[in-house]
Amino acid sequence: MIATARAILRKDLRIELRTRESVPAMVLFSITVYVLFHFGLDRDSLDGELASGVLWVTLLLAAVIGVSRLFAVEREQGGIDGLLLAPVDRTSLFVAKAAALFLFLTAVELVAVPAFALLLLGPGLGSALPELLLVLALGNLGIAAVGALVAALAAETRAHELIVPLLLLPLLVPVLIACAQATEPLLRQDAGPEDLGRWLSLLTLYDVVFVLLSVAVFDFLLED
Amino acid sequence: MDAAIELDGLERRYGERVALAGVSVSVPAGATLAVLGGNGAGKTTLLRVLAGLLRPHGGSARVLGAALPGGRWKLPAQVGYLGHEPLLYRELTGRENLRYHADLHGVAHSRLEPLLAQLGVEDRADEPVRDLSRGLVQRLAIARAVLHDPPLLLLDEPRANLDPSAAELAEPLIGRSAGRTRVLVSHDVQGALGESDAALGLRAGRPAPVDAELYR
Repeated sequence: MIATARAILRKDLRIELRTRESVPAMVLFSITVYVLFHFGLDRDSLDGELASGVLWVTLLLAAVIGVSRLFAVEREQGGIDGLLLAPVDRTSLFVAKAAALFLFLTAVELVAVPAFALLLLGPGLGSALPELLLVLALGNLGIAAVGALVAALAAETRAHELIVPLLLLPLLVPVLIACAQATEPLLRQDAGPEDLGRWLSLLTLYDVVFVLLSVAVFDFLLED
Repeated sequence: MDAAIELDGLERRYGERVALAGVSVSVPAGATLAVLGGNGAGKTTLLRVLAGLLRPHGGSARVLGAALPGGRWKLPAQVGYLGHEPLLYRELTGRENLRYHADLHGVAHSRLEPLLAQLGVEDRADEPVRDLSRGLVQRLAIARAVLHDPPLLLLDEPRANLDPSAAELAEPLIGRSAGRTRVLVSHDVQGALGESDAALGLRAGRPAPVDAELYR
């Protein structure tokens, strides 16, 4: 299963490197939104709840682009048939797609988070960076698990561009709440991360539940 | 001789539309069945049911001993499917595509080079599939379909876009001389009948005599 997942992931990363369809669009979207907030709010510096809300809502909306494109190449070029015609555990497809989305999100955040700090955080991230990286990693894991599930569900439908955001965003509300709440003290100028542990526990629980749920139902999503 | 394929009253619908109904046929192991009929007759649907890509909705179907749909998980290792779509990624090279499919099938990469050479595409296999002609893509699709050496081939217009010399190169892999059980869909009626042991005519998803009326 791991060898198959690795083959699918390698193929997806190679195609993304050549087409540059998903990650650049997600990066551009994120930076554009941060620029819009910068001018729309007419402020150089946000902190606390407002800063973490802006950071995470933007990243979640950027994730919608990645999820919409996650099965595009399979849908357009017969990749799902190719997989169904091979003696592979379909869970490997979920693992590969979720891993690809996780890596795409990480790549986006490498650019988007510094851009966010530059445009909307006056004093910058400073000492909060290690904790923020942990929140980002757990948030990405939850988004990747749910995103791969929703992308597979929408892959064979005609209106997949509509179905992806309509299914994905409500399912990601707990991730948004936990990530924003965990990030809020990190971006506050006058306090430390006192609630971090509670929200990280909630994020971890969400990730575990959705990874297990996705593995359990993924087989059925690809059934005719 | 054991039957590789046994269909009895097979049915398949898309919503309310009947795509296949009352299809019964038995194909002995190693034999070739030609499936003939006009556009929309249900030929591709039949191949996709036999490949395990679509569920039958009625009747019974056994393919290589596996009763469909329950036993279709047994099929992928034993079926080579060559449909309208090459099932190759356009942004990857031919070699990368075949390595990917070899990985999915657990086939050693060393099997690929002789196949590419046999089909005369070894010199173009490092170009992205999107840059190749349809004929070259079809040769790569043939390599993909046979790389795991399946005993059953499901072929939908397998020689489409192939020039005569390419068709000759492909013959030992997908032709009668390959010695595999084959289901062959073709619009070349005389050619298909010439290389088959039995024929199934389809009209509007139902069995029909193979005669001049079949395409009217």
